[in-house]
Amino acid sequence: MSMKVATRQVDGVTILDLSGRITLGEGSVTLRDAVHDALAKGSKRILLNLGDISYIDSSGIGELVSAFTSVKNAGGELKLLNLTRKVHDLLQITKLYTVFDVKDDEASAISSFK
Amino acid sequence: MTPDSTASRISLTLSSSLESVDKLEHTAEEFAGRAGFDGDVVPHIAMAVREAAINAVLHGNSYNASKQIMASFETTAADFIFRIADQGSGFDPAGLPDPLAPENILRGSGRGIFLIRAFMDEVHFRQLHPGTEITLIKHRAPAQPAA
Repeated sequence: MSMKVATRQVDGVTILDLSGRITLGEGSVTLRDAVHDALAKGSKRILLNLGDISYIDSSGIGELVSAFTSVKNAGGELKLLNLTRKVHDLLQITKLYTVFDVKDDEASAISSFK
Repeated sequence: MTPDSTASRISLTLSSSLESVDKLEHTAEEFAGRAGFDGDVVPHIAMAVREAAINAVLHGNSYNASKQIMASFETTAADFIFRIADQGSGFDPAGLPDPLAPENILRGSGRGIFLIRAFMDEVHFRQLHPGTEITLIKHRAPAQPAA
């Protein structure tokens, strides 16, 4: 199963609802393109909803990190929402959990950008 | 190429493609599940196998269609053992940067071998001249019979 992205705007925050697998190849490229597209459209507040991400490999983790730094370098903020246990554990193991601003509630995640 | 459901050892020779990576990951899930590993452990084994396969296909063989990857899955009374060899130029695992070091934490790559080591009990590298073989071992619980 490849990764899919649906984009919506809520109170000035661009939410990318991701589903499927973020893995080497199509999944990582799809995520990269979606974040770059959001930045190109002027979005500075980006929330990645990972609630329907079933799997992520080291390439996918790297893509999340690259997205984080790309948005930060563009003067914006990227946060993560609704981590599954698997993704949560991977971010803990790789010590990235404290690098990302991780939220588990969409409303509070949106208000945290303000 | 379909694994025998009763075999305790299978060998696969595959092309240097992402399809091969997916196939090895899927086979690892099946093989580790049949070996009786816990439902939380099977995905870890499958991820370690996937990362090793990515290394072989991407970093070892550089997606070169003329090069192949040779892989095997084996369960013994004590262990799940996965081996994969590429036909690349080889690499020094000791030279890999620590992905947890502050200067590397925001790198966009370099976590594959780290995850393999995190999820498996033993990881061994062997230089084949040319190529690299990596062996991943996960110990089985003592009471489990061989698959």
